[in-house]
Amino acid sequence: MTKQLWEGNEALAEAALRAGAEAYFGYPITPQTELLEYMSHRMPELGLAFLQAESELASINMVYGAATLGVRALTSSSSPGISLMQEGMSYIAASEVPAVIIDVMRGGPGLGNIQPSQGDYFQMVKTVGHGDYHAIVLAPSTIQEAIDLMYDSFELAFKYRTLVTILADGSLGQMMEPVEMPPFKEWPEERPNWALTGAAGREPRTISSLYLGAERLEILNLRLQEKLAEIEANEVRYETMMTDDAEFLVVAFGTVGRIAQSAVRQARANGIKAGLFRPITLWPFAKRELDAVIGKVRGVLVVEMNAGQMLEDVRAIAKGRVPVQFTGRMGGTIPLPDDILPALDTLIASVRSRNGNKPEPALARELNLMEK
Amino acid sequence: MTIAEPMIQVTADTPRLEEMQVIYQRPEAITETYTHYCPGCTHGIIHRLVGEVIDELGVRERTIGVSPVGCAVFAYQYFNTDGCEAAHGRAPAMATGIKRAMPDKVVFTYQGDGDLASIGGNEILHACARGENLTVVFVNNAVYGMTGGQMAPTTLPGMVTTSSPYGRDAKLQGNPIHITEMLAMMPGVAYAVRRSMHSVAEIRKTKKAIKLAFEAQLKGLGLGIVEVLSSCPTNWRLAPSESLNFIRDEMIPVYPLGDFKIHDELKKRR
Repeated sequence: MTKQLWEGNEALAEAALRAGAEAYFGYPITPQTELLEYMSHRMPELGLAFLQAESELASINMVYGAATLGVRALTSSSSPGISLMQEGMSYIAASEVPAVIIDVMRGGPGLGNIQPSQGDYFQMVKTVGHGDYHAIVLAPSTIQEAIDLMYDSFELAFKYRTLVTILADGSLGQMMEPVEMPPFKEWPEERPNWALTGAAGREPRTISSLYLGAERLEILNLRLQEKLAEIEANEVRYETMMTDDAEFLVVAFGTVGRIAQSAVRQARANGIKAGLFRPITLWPFAKRELDAVIGKVRGVLVVEMNAGQMLEDVRAIAKGRVPVQFTGRMGGTIPLPDDILPALDTLIASVRSRNGNKPEPALARELNLMEK
Repeated sequence: MTIAEPMIQVTADTPRLEEMQVIYQRPEAITETYTHYCPGCTHGIIHRLVGEVIDELGVRERTIGVSPVGCAVFAYQYFNTDGCEAAHGRAPAMATGIKRAMPDKVVFTYQGDGDLASIGGNEILHACARGENLTVVFVNNAVYGMTGGQMAPTTLPGMVTTSSPYGRDAKLQGNPIHITEMLAMMPGVAYAVRRSMHSVAEIRKTKKAIKLAFEAQLKGLGLGIVEVLSSCPTNWRLAPSESLNFIRDEMIPVYPLGDFKIHDELKKRR
């Protein structure tokens, strides 16, 4: 198939339709608005349900409503809008209906700005609404990967009757890349056996998140935990680069994971045995896989477009075996190799001094070359 | 849950079953169960009216009800239709999602005054603005019943509640909200009326109104809303019969019964 030039937001929208989306409810917010705009002409063209809601509160609850029918429904937003959706996401999770949510993250907190950020890691990975549950969180690093993850999202959502979120950022949403768009996916016409389709010739079905009685609610929670364990066992995705002989590991996701590839290549060119671990599913997190890689390296550098959120997960996995340091940019600023390489030097220096070596020169990179 | 057999003394004069004529029975659209409603509360009767209307229109098998948060939170257990349970105030949004995704379904929300007129004000407003083909049963008893009788946006001036212990003072706590009159102004609303449950005659009028609100949806005319003044003996601290008098004597002067909007197509039907 020939490659076409697509903008990230529009590519996500078209990929959602190719994946089988039937209903979209959204609200304008930069930097994801093109997604809504694209759906507003493309969905009527395909005879599908599009509606611009009055708020993100409404759009997530419209998704919830459509999802109870076994309809493949989605919404998209950016960080402040996602904050508003957390109520609905919790109800969706508790009701065990499938839904897909795209978050094109922007700078925060508060109104913040419209530049790219990864400041929603906590809210999407850790606390996506009240109660004990997780959404599956897919973090693409390129537009092609965003398309591919979007293409799988409804299958994941329906397989586990769960929330699936695509965690992108403003740079992925706004940039253009040559990509391949997959064909339209075939779905069975029949709705799942839990869907509200009208009680014709069968007992009525109800979908609710209300479980009065502590024992009943605990049973629901235990079932949700079982399901999460199953997802953790089956759905972990990640990518490694040059980790086989790596001494120093960079861990980064999404856009930063892509930038970190350049930084790791430059470090290698400078004689540093660097490698990259890029989680693709942020939940479930590649705990075992990262644990194994960390077991072979001397130090870890986490790079994020925030103040260090995934950092907490990486530190928990490293369990103090090796130093885990952090560098990041905030406020809509993107960390570049020029930020990452000095941080890598600092890490190497501190590892060496920790190991009783004599104090490092300011640039460990130079020392590394001297040693050769 | 099982329902006790009725105690009927069978004598020689008792007609045989096949000779009996059914004149009153549980609507098919109402499940055979007890409700959790307090004695003297009119929610149960309003449920029954909705059930009768669904039966009469023959739409039970394609109806989806959306329950609110509040006293009617378990409404989905009492309607013998498919149903779901919305977040507080969001029933019109959830119902919109259902109706837009499957327009052939008959979709209704059943909401209290805290749910619809307070936390869900924006959702009902915009469902009306868009003219969604939905039926809304709006039960107004002037208090938050489920949480124990706090002040609602519909609480009457001077009314004592657990969160307005000195009586609702308009200067401090605002004025009662006349949501149905407000919504009636919108072109997307096909039917907007206020009815009451304080007497048999009014209950019959309420049923007719609920039926028209469903017919508005079936004809694709837009949103139909029936505000129903309902009793809350428990939180009003009144006996059931006194509660009905309270509706008549105290609520109706603040919330006059009437037709605020009737689409021309529905006028023909009347």
